[in-house]
Amino acid sequence: MSSHPEQPAAREPIPDANSGTSNIVGGRDLDAKQIAVSNVLFYLVFIVMGGTYVVLIVGMLLADAAYMTEKTFDSLTSEGRSLLSVISHNPIATALADKRIQHSIWLSLISCTMSAVISVMIAIPMGYLISRHEFRGKRFLDAVLDIPIILPPLVIGLILLILFQFPPFRWIARDVVYQVPSVVLAQFSVACAFAVRTMKATFDHINPRCEDVAITLGCSRAQAFGWVLLPEAERGILTAFTLAWARSLGEFGPLLIFSGATRMKTEVLSTSVFLEMNVGDIEAAVAVSFIMVMAAVVVLILTRLISPSQYGIQ
Amino acid sequence: MIKIENLSVQAGAFRIQDVSLTVPSGKYGVLMGKTGSGKTTILETVLGLRNASTGRIVLGDLDVMGLNPAVRGVGYVPQDGALFSSMTVRDHLDFALMIRKVPRAGCQQRVEELANLLGIEHLLDRKPRGLSGGERQRVALGRALSFQPKVLCLDEPLSALDDDTRVRMCDLLSNVQKQTGTTTLHVTHNSDEAERLADFLFRIEDGQIRQVRPEP
Repeated sequence: MSSHPEQPAAREPIPDANSGTSNIVGGRDLDAKQIAVSNVLFYLVFIVMGGTYVVLIVGMLLADAAYMTEKTFDSLTSEGRSLLSVISHNPIATALADKRIQHSIWLSLISCTMSAVISVMIAIPMGYLISRHEFRGKRFLDAVLDIPIILPPLVIGLILLILFQFPPFRWIARDVVYQVPSVVLAQFSVACAFAVRTMKATFDHINPRCEDVAITLGCSRAQAFGWVLLPEAERGILTAFTLAWARSLGEFGPLLIFSGATRMKTEVLSTSVFLEMNVGDIEAAVAVSFIMVMAAVVVLILTRLISPSQYGIQ
Repeated sequence: MIKIENLSVQAGAFRIQDVSLTVPSGKYGVLMGKTGSGKTTILETVLGLRNASTGRIVLGDLDVMGLNPAVRGVGYVPQDGALFSSMTVRDHLDFALMIRKVPRAGCQQRVEELANLLGIEHLLDRKPRGLSGGERQRVALGRALSFQPKVLCLDEPLSALDDDTRVRMCDLLSNVQKQTGTTTLHVTHNSDEAERLADFLFRIEDGQIRQVRPEP
């Protein structure tokens, strides 16, 4: 074993290490070999425990891809097409050619972007106030902001539905509930909480002295915020946006209750997966989910590229 | 002139009661004290970043109690510099001028003047990232002096620097102060720094300010 040559050296007493001090009575000598073995075990256990989750994630993605590849080649061999026709005859291409899925993709892109933009617009002032100021009821507010994160998604949809039974919401319920605006509202209700958390963390990380200096230089609060704080928070804003966007893309429970799952109307990608599964078209469901995986991966990469240092990924 | 009279400030559980000090116009005042003695609190009150409960602060011939910090005309150099990471050194030096809508030519002239005074001409197009501690403090000093304030407040500006840089920065601070004639209040816990720079030396202990030099 490669550790053998090191062992004798490790056992040798370090010269003069104890000179000038009296020996400790009792106890036993520390065994370098035992510590080395223990260290190896320590990392082994941690890597195996942590790695299990990574294997699960990668396994899911690979299975998704393998399933689709298998289906593609199944159809090739059964229908005797040429190899080139893989480009046009695979589950993803079939899904993309479907008018209903096209509508679902467009609605997803538009609703997620709108919900993310609104989330960031609200998260910036909210995150700033919570991060920079002490005020009565701050802890309560902080707890309220966690409600959308901890509530079961289905319940959020139900609560939204109930909310629109009461004025002033009732007055616009006809144009919102089970209509496209309800999709954006349902996505926003949850995504905004994540955006606020991100913006608060962003402002927490920016030295408040910068604002103080700007004010002594002659800035009003708004000028200090706009000229100094916002540029410093740029990366955090982009991260909040991508997080809110990704969160909106994955929203399903509230949509089902508050927006319904009407094809060509309030159907977004997550609803498409559900609807395709319902009619037993697993291939289409997997294809749509693969499109969502791709979108999520793109968002993830963008987030990491945008804010490598701010969130500890140097 | 910086005149603090019978000032009382509450900062959380910490309280400064009834302190006074005067730095005459064009002089360099140093306020010395241990960490937690309240010297930064006093500085922040002069700047207007913290409210005093009682007392009077006069800067030049203006009583600034209750006055918005933006119009007090005090240049501020905080301990860590607090540079704006998205701005170049040039942007730092003309930031206060931009806020005051100074014409472009005037800004350029002032930036050159300051860069020359502080020896940072070669850094003008760089951003704070990668600047050394001494360079950062020069930029922070330039930014604070850019709008020709009546008063300059320095909060432990040299504490993060190595010994050599600190000695050089002391000389620079001393020269700049003499050239600009800005009345200065410098807060530090370093007695060597205090000895080198102070025309007027104050010591804060147990919530009381005592003038050490010149003897009152």
